Amino acid sequence: MTQSQTEKFVEPSSSVSGDRKAWISVLSKAKSDDVIGLWERAAFPDLLNMAQVLRPPEIGMVMVRGRAGGAGSAFNLGEMTVTRCAIRLEGGETGIGYVTGRNKQHAKIAAVVDAMMQSPAHAQLAKEKIVTPLETAAANRSALISRKAKATQVEFFTMVRDRKG
Amino acid sequence: MSAQAHATLDLATLLPGFADPTQDSQTCFRAIMNATAQPGTVARLRSAPIPPAGINKAAGAAILTLADQDTKLWLDQGLRTGEREGWIRFHTGAPFTSVHSEAAFALVADLAAMPDLGAFNQGDAKYPDLATTVIIMVPSLTSGTPVTLKGPGIQTKAQIAPEGLGSQFWEQRADLVAHFQFGIDLLICADDQLVSIPRTTRVSF
Repeated sequence: MTQSQTEKFVEPSSSVSGDRKAWISVLSKAKSDDVIGLWERAAFPDLLNMAQVLRPPEIGMVMVRGRAGGAGSAFNLGEMTVTRCAIRLEGGETGIGYVTGRNKQHAKIAAVVDAMMQSPAHAQLAKEKIVTPLETAAANRSALISRKAKATQVEFFTMVRDRKG
Repeated sequence: MSAQAHATLDLATLLPGFADPTQDSQTCFRAIMNATAQPGTVARLRSAPIPPAGINKAAGAAILTLADQDTKLWLDQGLRTGEREGWIRFHTGAPFTSVHSEAAFALVADLAAMPDLGAFNQGDAKYPDLATTVIIMVPSLTSGTPVTLKGPGIQTKAQIAPEGLGSQFWEQRADLVAHFQFGIDLLICADDQLVSIPRTTRVSF
């Protein structure tokens, strides 16, 4: 590559707190049906329509990269579909939603919930009605996978033979 | 590779882009294309979003329509502040460059400090389309010194009067026109209005 002064577009990670990373991750990996179902049951005021839309939900792809063994050189694992959205609540909290799959409603709810979690007025409710149940669902899914894997685990052991005779 | 640090993207003050990115950017694209086919015609970009202070509507809409992650942008020093830079970065994902000749698009606000047009990329013999398109923001398209346009796309002649572009600028451009197929295409923007002056147009002043 030639020497160039082009500046790459990098979103600073320092401005995102650890807690925020955690709930954005939960919202992003959750199943769309779960998110939409919880949102409807929570019956919040109509924040989906009241929020100012900075970026309407749009579908795109991101390249997922990996490292062999976690430490080798980076390689492209493959592309995955991602839907993203950005909104701002009346209080000025800006929420972003990046979710797996093509569900625009999911992306918008994720953005609104991200903004709610930053707002003192909404954080408690949003955590209780949306984020915690999604965390529980994710933990259950992961436990189920571990259980299934465990059931088929094969134990290898070595027989020590007595070679005297 | 990049050595320059850049301002953090401040989401708290970020303004929205196009309300309907697909439809609105296509409407703008068509308006810009038609304006380029008929130099001197004023296009109105009605679907333009409200840009941050310092960028006018037409220039903002043109950047949002034309720039993407594959086009390097050169911004005037005064525009390289958090809010304006952040808005363009967030909505286009375009990389910035401080090298004139690398830019696919350049956005100029400060006419007095505008670099020489010859500093930008003039295209190359095989790919003249790689030349920089320079987007210039002016206060008005009608209250400056009138200039007459002739050339392809203009039946007899057309007249525009962009404020703030003096004879020095037009002379600079005339020097470049002599090197066609190389050259710079201009988009001159005021409020939500845009005039396109491609490299084929001859300007008399």
